[in-house]
This record gives sequence, structure tokens and C-alpha cells, in this order.
Amino acid sequence: MTFSPELEARFADLLTHYPPGRQRGALIPMLMYAQDEVGAVTPDLMEELAKRLGISVLQVDEVVGYYSMLHKKPQGKYHIQICTNVACMLRGGAELYEHACKKLGVGHKQTQASGKFSLEEVECIGACSWAPAIQVNYDFHHEVTVSQLDQVLEGLQ
Amino acid sequence: MKLYNPPSPLETKVISKRFGVENSWRLDTYLATGGFEAFKKVMEWTPDQIIDEVKASSLRGRGGAGFPTGLKWSFVPKNVEGPKYIVVNADESEPGTCKDRLLIEHDPYQMIEGILIAAKAVGATKGWVYIRGEYRYLIDHFDSVLKEAYQRGYLGKNIAGTGFDFDLYSQTGAGAYECGEESALLESLEGKRGVPRIRPPFPAVSGAFQAPTVLNNVETFSTVPEIIRGGGKWYADLGTPKNGGTRMVCLAGHVNKPGVYEVPLGMNMMYFINEIGGGMWKGKKMKATIPGGSSCPILRADECDIPMDYDSMAKAGTMLGSGGMMVMDEDTDMVKIALRIMRFYKHESCGWCIPCREGTTWLQKMLARIVDGNGAMRDVDMVGELAKSMLGRTFCPLGDAAAMPTISIVEKFRPEFEAYVARNPFASSELVQVG
Ligand SMILES: Cc1cc2nc3c(=O)[nH]c(=O)nc-3n(C[C@H](O)[C@H](O)[C@H](O)COP(=O)(O)O)c2cc1C
Ligand code: SF4
Ligand code: FES
Repeated sequence: MTFSPELEARFADLLTHYPPGRQRGALIPMLMYAQDEVGAVTPDLMEELAKRLGISVLQVDEVVGYYSMLHKKPQGKYHIQICTNVACMLRGGAELYEHACKKLGVGHKQTQASGKFSLEEVECIGACSWAPAIQVNYDFHHEVTVSQLDQVLEGLQ
Repeated sequence: MKLYNPPSPLETKVISKRFGVENSWRLDTYLATGGFEAFKKVMEWTPDQIIDEVKASSLRGRGGAGFPTGLKWSFVPKNVEGPKYIVVNADESEPGTCKDRLLIEHDPYQMIEGILIAAKAVGATKGWVYIRGEYRYLIDHFDSVLKEAYQRGYLGKNIAGTGFDFDLYSQTGAGAYECGEESALLESLEGKRGVPRIRPPFPAVSGAFQAPTVLNNVETFSTVPEIIRGGGKWYADLGTPKNGGTRMVCLAGHVNKPGVYEVPLGMNMMYFINEIGGGMWKGKKMKATIPGGSSCPILRADECDIPMDYDSMAKAGTMLGSGGMMVMDEDTDMVKIALRIMRFYKHESCGWCIPCREGTTWLQKMLARIVDGNGAMRDVDMVGELAKSMLGRTFCPLGDAAAMPTISIVEKFRPEFEAYVARNPFASSELVQVG
């Protein structure tokens, strides 16, 4: 499997961060950064990282299964994450989520057939004092109203 | 870096004083405002002197458990062969908490200096800042800060010409609340599932890669430079006895001015909510407040007139936890709050031990049954009892974290649960007896 030169450079740097013989420490960062480039944690990717770190594919797989941000299927071009945990719930997070479901025509962890939007109801994303909060891919939006959510969604091409 | 909420004139800004200053996150800004003075000072000190100063400050961990920081550092064995490490907990996933990201965003060098001082105190040579994966923007920001720090000689070999060496890296998480628990975090750092370790040994003896490790929260490390600069006693005197200094409190929920504010420990909670937080929104009355993140037992409004410090909170049966304060007005449905909290813990339980994995699953089912209008009185009792039976019987504190708020909400707001049950036509007492 081949990666971009930037990602290869990142991998090479990552592998220097750990004590000798403990390069497995790089597994989760490698999965996260590679997933961004590849679009998902594919069987090929798992095999490649297992090979590079000298561990079994099963060991990679059990890690992938544990972490909520690692996904084996591609998400939409824009992954809309809406927090409904307590602080957001108190300020309208659940209503935002319901609105997004209707507007996008998909539910929790579903992707539109066009591949443009996917939706996820997420747990606290660390923006509680500026609730309700959402993330579009890695970008935060704070104090989001229903009409602002519409604007954000409509602004994405 | 822009501020997400305006500061309040009533704050005591010790570790947030650079927030909002132009280029506050650049090395030159830091150096121009006293940065690395503390680091240079401790280079002349013995490790014990540093630890004693931190002890004198009565600094207690800001990540949740509130363990005395100086004492924790003193547990790292001296005179042992092999490397020692520093790990910074920037997982920040406790619902209600959003302060660590600000400290890294606005004043990353303050945290780095704190890490270096800790490294000098215990003899560590390498460290990782474990940042939750959702904060990718912050990881990128921090990586650029690390690059600048290395280029300018404030990390790596011979730091600032002192002869002291230290390497620091960022490490991304990948979405798991449990990885904020210290031993699960250490597993994750090793490239594994975030399943906690049995303790003892504690991280001070066997932590990252089985080496002695100091693991603290972002805010804890960020506080250390000011303690060294001003002296432990000065810092302690900002707070109340045994509860030294200031804390970042993340105010959220039904208040007029939610935001993250730095206040001295021991400030009255109602004063904080009314004067700094602008009081209740829409002229409503307060019903309840969760004082320190969703793992903390809830306080009724009439219980909130207390000082915000570790000991007063403990006396009131709750905790300051991670500083995530969530205020709820009179219209809040406490049954739905209990269910939402349990959904979170059920989702985040790592599944390793049965009382937590099964307990959170069943508690969520029972609470959902009540909310859906299918509950019986027996369910209300069972929720309380099952939660109590989890306490102290789980492998890591997540089980307690799920049980404690639940027990308190059922106890303090039982009539709301009963009102849900009363609306269920099938929940007659006879049926309950038969079932
Ligand atoms: C389930 C669970 C989640 C936790 N999450 C965090 C977290 O996100 N950040 C944090 O600093 N501490 C968290 N903690 C507390 C850590 O285990 C640890 O006590 C803390 O990081 C130690 O640092 P301190 O002494 O500076 O507070 C969590 C604990 C548990 C049980
Ligand atoms: S208490 Fe929960 S999170 Fe902790 S080890 Fe047990 S199952 Fe895992
Ligand atoms: S509860 Fe939504 S960001 Fe914390």
C-alpha cells in the first residue's frame, strides 16, 4: 500500500517517539492519520500497519474495534457530529440532532447515498460552555441554533 | 486565538492571564511575560526542593480525583536504572469539561514549562501529551508549538542553555472516554485497547512503557510554573486551607453567561453562578447543579450555597471533579437527565468488568423504560439499588462514575420518577406484585 510523502514522513517521525522496541505506540496515531487519507480503515490498511509494526492483523483489528473514531466504512464527505450530552442537551442539542436527521434524511452513523453527508450523534466534545456544539469533520461550531445549522449545511458543497 | 467567551472582572487570573493576549501561544510572548523563569530557577534546585514547593502550594490534581500533586511526584522512585516519563492527560472527555483545550490553545508554553519542572523533579527525559482525537485542530496547533520549541532550543538537548534534556511529543487519542482514566490512557499510548490496568503498581512506579511515570492533567502541569515563580505559600493562600490556588471552572447549562472562568478555590458557588455566570437564564429558578462533570453526584438548588473547594464539596456529598459545572433550571426533566447520563456511561464502558458493563446496560434499559412510559414503581427502586450495588465493585472508577450521579438523582428527585410511572396505566401496584 502506498501513502502520500507527507503521511510517510509523519509515520517516520512518529516511530521515533517511543522507546526502543515499543513502536507499537505509533499504532493509534498511524491509524488516525492514515484513515484521513484513505477514507476508512480498510483491510489493506490494517495489514500494512500490522506489517510495519510487526504485530498481527488481529491485534490491529481489536484496536480498531475499540475506538469510536476509527471506522471501517467511509463516512460522508462532511461528517456532521452533533453533541447531545447533558450540557448540550440543556441548550437544545437534541433538537439540533433531530433537525439534522430530517434535513439530511439519515440517522445515527448513516451516510447519504450521494456520499456527501454522514451524521453521528456524539458524546461530549469538550465545548460544553459554548453549547450546543457540533463538529463538521474536525471543525468545531459553538452555540449553534437550528437556523445556523441550516446555514452551515447549506454552505458545504 | 480568539476567546470563546468574554472574561469576567471577578476572575482571579493566575494560569489564564495570557488568554486573549495577541499571539499568547508564541514563545516570544511567553518569554516576554515571565516565561521559563521558573524553569531556570529550579535548575539550581534539588528534586526534593521542587517537590516540597509543590507540596507547600497544596496543589491537587485538576483531572478529577484531586490527588495532591507534590505527593504524587514524591512516589516516583529515586536512584533506579532506566528511563522515567511524563504523561499529560489532555483526553478531556468528562461531560461538562472544556478547559484543557483552552490552556493548550492560549498558553501551551506554560504547560510545557510545567512539564519540564516536573521532569526535573523526578528525573524524566521524555513525555507525551495525550490529546483526545476529536481535538485534531488542537493537536495540529500543539505540533506547531512543539516545532517552534525545538527550533528555539526550549525542547530537545540542552534546553535554554541549562544542560537539561527533554523530548516531548503529542499523541492523538481516537475516541474513547475511558482513555482519560490514567491506566487505560497508558495502554492506549502503547497502541492497545483502552482497558485499565490493575493497580498497584501505580504509574509512579510502572507507567508508560512500564517505566516510572508522572501522569497529570493539563491544568495541573500548567499551574506549576506560577507556583515556582510566586512560591508555594503564595499560591496556597489564594485558596482555602488544604485547597490551594485557583481552578478553571467550566460553567454550562441554563445560565446567562456560560463560559470557562478561573476562580480561587473556596469561592461560594451561588456567587460564582450569579455574579460571574450572570445568574439563571430567562428569569427562571435553579433546580439543580452538577458541580464537577457528569460523574459527580448532583446538588439540589438549596444545597448549592457552599464554597467551591474539594473539602466543602466532599462534605456536601459531591466533588469538584474536573470543573465541569452544569446548571439546570426549574423546567429540567431530571429523569431524562439521568437517562442521558447513563446512555453516556453505557456507551463508554470498556466492557472489561461485569458490574460496569452489565450494570450500565441494565440501568440504561430501566431508565429508558421509565421515560418511555412503561416503567413501574419497582423500576425506580431497582435503578437506585442496582446503581448502589455497582459502587466499589468495578475494576476502574468508571463504574462509580456511572452509579454516583444516578443514585443522587433518584434520591433527590424521586417524585419526578414516580410521576412518570404514574402516567403508565399498566403500572398498577397489583401488577407490580405479580410481575
Ligand atoms: C473514566 C475516567 C475518565 C477520566 N478522564 C480524565 C480526563 O479526560 N482528563 C483527566 O485529566 N483526567 C481524567 N481522569 C482522571 C485520571 O485517571 C487521573 O486521575 C488524572 O489524569 C490524574 O491527573 P491529576 O492528578 O493532575 O488530576 C479520568 C478518570 C476516569 C476514571
Ligand atoms: S469499570 Fe467499566 S470502564 Fe472500568 S474496567 Fe470495568 S468495564 Fe471497563
Ligand atoms: S456536552 Fe456537548 S460539548 Fe460537552
